[in-house]
Amino acid sequence: MPRLLLFIPLALFGVLILFLWKGLSLDPRELPSALIDKSFPAFKVESLLQPERKLTMADVIGKPVLVNVWATWCPSCRQEHDQLLRIAQENKIAIIGLNYKDNRAAATQWLSELGNPYQLNIYDESGMLGLDLGVYGAPETYLLDAQGIIRHRHVGVITEQTWQELQTIMQSWGAN
Amino acid sequence: MFFSLNSAYAAIDTYEFKDAEKQARFHDLVAELRCPKCQNQNLADSNSAIAQDLRQKIYEMLESERSNPEIVDYMVARYGDFVLYEPRFNSQNAILWLGPFVLLIAGLLVVIFLVRQRGKDDSAKENTLELDAKQQKRLQKVLNKDKK
Repeated sequence: MPRLLLFIPLALFGVLILFLWKGLSLDPRELPSALIDKSFPAFKVESLLQPERKLTMADVIGKPVLVNVWATWCPSCRQEHDQLLRIAQENKIAIIGLNYKDNRAAATQWLSELGNPYQLNIYDESGMLGLDLGVYGAPETYLLDAQGIIRHRHVGVITEQTWQELQTIMQSWGAN
Repeated sequence: MFFSLNSAYAAIDTYEFKDAEKQARFHDLVAELRCPKCQNQNLADSNSAIAQDLRQKIYEMLESERSNPEIVDYMVARYGDFVLYEPRFNSQNAILWLGPFVLLIAGLLVVIFLVRQRGKDDSAKENTLELDAKQQKRLQKVLNKDKK
């Protein structure tokens, strides 16, 4: 029995190693959104391409959507743009753009040059809608269900792999 | 340290408060709230766009007579407990708050157990060392023999 007790330090060391090993693969920048399972914040903000039109919650709810936070000053947004175009082409979910603290002329030009994957674009020039949403940088993407409840947040570039993950989440709703 | 303080104050100075009490609260708030983007800086130290927005928001909320807890709650509602440099006690971090005390108590129990165990052993040994009358006599005999 005392002989077995001698192995306690070794066991503790093993546990420590497991925690450190896990820590290596964690990304400290990936924060859980405080708004998961809560409603998308209410807003009334201009449309990017139709400045006279005010967009509200009514434009977001009704069907599941991806809300993609982007800006022309954000290099990673250019990187994910092709993936967004592919998602739009697959036509499985609508993408709504949240043009975050950007310049209207530059953003309009960006869409006409690179193609427009967005069904709508919210022109959040002041960044106050982004603030309500807990955005801390672009790109960020939120998955909303048909009731406008935030179900998932992805920080960083959307890749094919991210898109597969998002589809898995959406399929889990269909099962319920 | 000196430089970071300097830059922090440079950023803060653009806000003008009517009364000194609000200014003091502003300094406290930007020092205890963490920048969500740069993570190892508070709002006062950071020059990222989001930190600037949040400082602006705190300024506006102070000017509209909101209390400190209201402002902190506003930030936590949007950015989560992550923004607090002084974490609150909740079910998720309970193990971090209580763990040390649990370990301390466990350690004390082990020490008490060991001390008691040792005490028992010692008294048991003393018992075996005590000689009865006959043995004492013999011992004296042996010792006396030696002297001669």
